[in-house]
Amino acid sequence: MMDESGRMGRRRSHHKFSEERELELRLGPPGEEKEEEEDCWSHHHNENKRERNSHESDQSPLSLGYFSAQRIYNFQPKASSFLQNMSMVGKESKDAISSQPCRSEVMEFHNGAVCAEKKALSSPSSANTAASNNSSQKRSAAGPVVGWPPIRSFRKNNASGSTSNSKPPLGSHHHNQHKHHHHHLNLNVEDKVANTTNKEHVNNISGSPNKGMFVKINMDGIPIGRKVDINAYDSYDKLSSVVDHLFRDLLSVQKQKQEEEEKTMILDGSGEYTLIYEDNDGDKMLVGDVPWHMFASTVKRLRVLKKSDLAALSLGGKQGHINH
Amino acid sequence: MKKTAYSFPEEVLEHVFSFIVSDKDRSSISLVCKSWYEIERWCRRKVFVGNCYAVSPPILIKRFPELRSVTLKGKPHFADFNLVPEGWGGFACPWIRAMAGAYPWLEEIRLKRMVVSDESLEIIAKSFKNFKVLVLSSCEGFTTEGLAAIAANCRNLRELDLRESEVEDLSGRWLSDFPDSYTSLESLNISCLGNEVNLLALERLVSRCPNLKTLRLNRAVPLDRLPNLLRGAPQLAELGTGAYTSEMRPDVFSNLAEAFAGCKQLKALSGFWDVLPSYLPAVYPVCSQLTSLNLSYATVQSPDLIKLVSLCEKLQKLWVLDYIEDDGLEILAASCKDLRELRVFPSDPFGLEPNVALTEQGLVSVSEGCPKLQSVLYFCRQMSNAALNTIARNRPNMTRFRLCIIEPRSPDYLTLQPLDDGFGAIVEHCKDLRRLSLSGLLTDRVFEYIGTYGKKLEMLSVAFAGDSDLGLHHVLSGCDNLRKLEIRDCPFGDKALLANAAKLETMRSLWMSSCSVSFGACKVLGQKMPRLNVEVMDESGPPDSRPESSPVEKLYVYRTVAGPRLDMPGFVWTMDDDSALRIS
Repeated sequence: MMDESGRMGRRRSHHKFSEERELELRLGPPGEEKEEEEDCWSHHHNENKRERNSHESDQSPLSLGYFSAQRIYNFQPKASSFLQNMSMVGKESKDAISSQPCRSEVMEFHNGAVCAEKKALSSPSSANTAASNNSSQKRSAAGPVVGWPPIRSFRKNNASGSTSNSKPPLGSHHHNQHKHHHHHLNLNVEDKVANTTNKEHVNNISGSPNKGMFVKINMDGIPIGRKVDINAYDSYDKLSSVVDHLFRDLLSVQKQKQEEEEKTMILDGSGEYTLIYEDNDGDKMLVGDVPWHMFASTVKRLRVLKKSDLAALSLGGKQGHINH
Repeated sequence: MKKTAYSFPEEVLEHVFSFIVSDKDRSSISLVCKSWYEIERWCRRKVFVGNCYAVSPPILIKRFPELRSVTLKGKPHFADFNLVPEGWGGFACPWIRAMAGAYPWLEEIRLKRMVVSDESLEIIAKSFKNFKVLVLSSCEGFTTEGLAAIAANCRNLRELDLRESEVEDLSGRWLSDFPDSYTSLESLNISCLGNEVNLLALERLVSRCPNLKTLRLNRAVPLDRLPNLLRGAPQLAELGTGAYTSEMRPDVFSNLAEAFAGCKQLKALSGFWDVLPSYLPAVYPVCSQLTSLNLSYATVQSPDLIKLVSLCEKLQKLWVLDYIEDDGLEILAASCKDLRELRVFPSDPFGLEPNVALTEQGLVSVSEGCPKLQSVLYFCRQMSNAALNTIARNRPNMTRFRLCIIEPRSPDYLTLQPLDDGFGAIVEHCKDLRRLSLSGLLTDRVFEYIGTYGKKLEMLSVAFAGDSDLGLHHVLSGCDNLRKLEIRDCPFGDKALLANAAKLETMRSLWMSSCSVSFGACKVLGQKMPRLNVEVMDESGPPDSRPESSPVEKLYVYRTVAGPRLDMPGFVWTMDDDSALRIS
């Protein structure tokens, strides 16, 4: 496949041959025993599962001579270390159940679980979605995974704002429209209150956010902007710590050469930075002045800046002045 | 003297070539011989660049000096789902500047997932005297000020389409910048704009442009202004409404119904934000002529949806929320025998429990009842191998199949097995399948099926699937026509990638995030394959601050003739052969 220098080519073709042979063994017709399928390339990997740090580089079909053995076998780490590298958030208990390298374990678990479930299952043809996903009944309330499910952000923000377990009511209620989050129409105060109360209600019912609301966040001096999902948090403390974490990493990347890390606790007033936001009227406000749910329903953008730069901005909102 | 093909005058060949429109065919022509290459490049008028970094403006301009239409795509597809950090790239400016100098007669610019500045829009507005078409699809970085420049200067503009772009909406006044003498508008899509536009200016614009065929409004256009707009453009073929709600007044309703009835050419409807169900019947007069219906923002219940959809016997394309439920899809299958494309979006994507009665059965019904169904995007919460098998056998004419089972790694809910066999049936029976997105619990076996049967597959999206490198290897070695492969959260690593390095030069791009590809392997790939750009994205710091065996966060590999790009932000590292690490 790779046809570059002849010296490498010979070695590679040797490995390629053995690799093809091993692959041929693998590519049998469907319906093979599960045990064979569980592992891929060769028996080497079965051995490797028993010993974590094997040094058998020459036996690996695709070693190509470039890496040490350890790295090659690293690609099938145990579930927990592999998942550390993934961007999933807060799904520990579920991951332990459904981690891929241990597929047979998954099957066993599900089989065990389903014994109890099967009695409760009605006939498969019915739209009984309650029994659909026993994994969903097993997991704890999970945080959202980045970029999953794969829908565009403008769809997330427009998705139903009504309560998570019910459909929009029949009939033509004027009231109906207020259940949705109106980014774009000018709402009067009553509408805002109805909106925010409903959102709170929704969050309480489901126990976790039922829609994502991504707003951009920028920090002065850092060209990389980010997006945060406001609906993933329910308090200023949580937002503050996420923002802090986000930019601390980026700051330390930028200032690699500096010995000490800058402490940038954003909202507790002690640090050098502070957080402001732009609401749906375009006004810039200090974060923290209004109740959380009101903030969450009106925030359009966030910005982290140095307190010393605050004076240069004109802040809107109830207080025209800077508090700290 | 013997007459041979190359004794034809160039003009004759040029004339013959002018009938060849498809890019692939044009490319083939240019490979016949040197003189054909030369003739072809001088008379090429339209170019599609699927990855703006695969080539550079100077290279493009040098080869094709007389273009009238350019299409560019920037960011990788997963940027749609927030997987590509801001500042990654895809900047339109260098292209626009270069084209402004080289193509004074350029008529059409179409950009997708690119960063476009107001400055770029101003350059477009001032540089191309015969500019006709501007399509900015999923773009960002510009404001309504840039749009004002376009409106004020482009006398011959036919099409302004901002679909799904992120526009900083500073003011709705830009619409008034179209001069009163301007009448050539044929297509306007402002559905992505957040704020109100100047409604009077809009009404005047619409009524003075007799060729206006497509009008897609934004949410902020109130329903009671719609009848006026429709009466000003009875020739409309495609309409996107604004917010579809108002105080319930009989005169508003009848006004609206009358206005719709007057649009005899209307074929496509979209918009429908904030739908008040009792206003839906106003569109009934046009239902029988509709071929395309986008209700994906319409948060109304199944009965209302059913009533509407069952009247649309000519429907070819339906986008709808899962409120339609299995019952609604069954009615759809019975009523819309011409259906070609179905997309069902989730109303509650983050909910832990299903909120609607939509299951795999809905999709099965449609696959049974709609013989022309070829394109599917379906979000649901349960699936079975049996259902997928049925769908595959019902619809061997399927060309695009994207299934998203909302919970990652969900098994077949009936048997608790992986969904390998079901997706295997899809690739086996649907021999013309070009695009496939997988979900649910999947092992390496599904990739074996895909590699074996997916011979026409061009784009594959994979998430939370597979057991080992063998999965990736099956796809890269088996799918002969693969152009785009995007993978997230799968245990695929170095081996399959390096063993199939040459394959990557035959593809447009490969995306792998949260997989197990090591930094060392990326370096090797970059060093050994000079015609590939191997880019590593890592927001937690330079990858060489960690051991070589550490997996990289995100990997984006694409073929290019332009060498490594020079506009990378701090979190992107290129693994080219000069230096494995760009020093920041």
